[in-house]
Amino acid sequence: MKCRKCGAPAALELRRHNAAFCAPDFLEFFRNQVREAIRRHRMLTKDEPVLVAVSGGKDSLALWDVLLEDGYRTTGLYLDLGIFDYSVESRAKCEAFAASRGAPLVVRAVADEVGAPVPVIKEVTRRPPCSGCGLSKRYLMNRAALDLGIPVVATGHNLDDEAATLFGSVLHWQTDALARQSPALASTHAKLARRVKPLYRLSERETAAYAFLRKIDYIVEECPFARGATSIAHKEVLARLEDASPGARHNFVFGFLDRARAAFERAEGVTLNECARCGQVTTGTVCAFCKLADQVKRAAAR
Amino acid sequence: MKVVLRNPRREVEVAGNRRVKDVLRELDILPETVLVIRGDDLVTADQLVRDDDVIELRPVMSGGSEPRLSGTGHPRGEAASRSPLQTAPHASGTGHPRPDAAWRHSLR
Repeated sequence: MKCRKCGAPAALELRRHNAAFCAPDFLEFFRNQVREAIRRHRMLTKDEPVLVAVSGGKDSLALWDVLLEDGYRTTGLYLDLGIFDYSVESRAKCEAFAASRGAPLVVRAVADEVGAPVPVIKEVTRRPPCSGCGLSKRYLMNRAALDLGIPVVATGHNLDDEAATLFGSVLHWQTDALARQSPALASTHAKLARRVKPLYRLSERETAAYAFLRKIDYIVEECPFARGATSIAHKEVLARLEDASPGARHNFVFGFLDRARAAFERAEGVTLNECARCGQVTTGTVCAFCKLADQVKRAAAR
Repeated sequence: MKVVLRNPRREVEVAGNRRVKDVLRELDILPETVLVIRGDDLVTADQLVRDDDVIELRPVMSGGSEPRLSGTGHPRGEAASRSPLQTAPHASGTGHPRPDAAWRHSLR
């Protein structure tokens, strides 16, 4: 197999593009896809700072790497979930990456903010661990951006993540979620940072290949709670579809964005309030994060 | 030849002197779900691997999303945590429907 651009032996085949690339040409392909995502959705400018949410995994560190290479004003945000050795190791990966690039990294611990780490939250709420974890991450990312005066948060969500989320939303016809699924979410309230996903055009395998070829030391081990997560089950189904029909995932996500998403956008948006307790944005009176923190506190008092 | 698998890390011996895609097929791994690594290089599925080669099959799937707790104005859909490659027969026990072997083969 030969590189489509230069004819040298290929390092990676991209079946959905009916192409293969050598390592240098793949890296350029990858960067161009990120640039195209940013351009098409006006995600970022080089004049304003961007908060890059990093987990220590391949996607978020690959994203940070591309943004740094392209001259964006980035600050990393690592949220310490308190998930045993997994969190210790993933934090070390983020700190080592930031140090090697001379880039600022902010670390916040879920245990400090909620009152307990993710494993305890899981026990207290009796919900799947990803539930309280995802809620906490979304809240803390936004609050960190506000605290730091950074208008936009970039996450490492890739094409496979987007396809799995879309698949889950369609399975249950969660029309609210379908209306919100987008590579770029505008700020709809003074206290909501913009949210962008510059890797949405790239598959998980492509982000892994980029991280490997750039010699980024990322955490390969899984989160101990991810096994059995619904999103993983959806990803497995989609991986088999992709194997049988290369490009299936791409067409699913891009077809939705181009032709279907608008149909789910409601004429009138939801009313956004400020939480009576913490002042962050919520659709109710007290936000879900404060309710979660209360639940944790009550359990600790027992 | 030696094949290094991850999550958890383990090694298996398989016959070499054939194409990567034949090795993947024997191990029941979908080519699109792994990076095939030999030393500092990535290897495409059509390349030959020798009996004395060592290759790592590194899973690329990550995840961990969440059923949303109600009442927050933040959009949903985080998936920043790591997770295993789910390939050939895997442990379940979570209540999620898993494709069984018959279905897997019917797709080939």
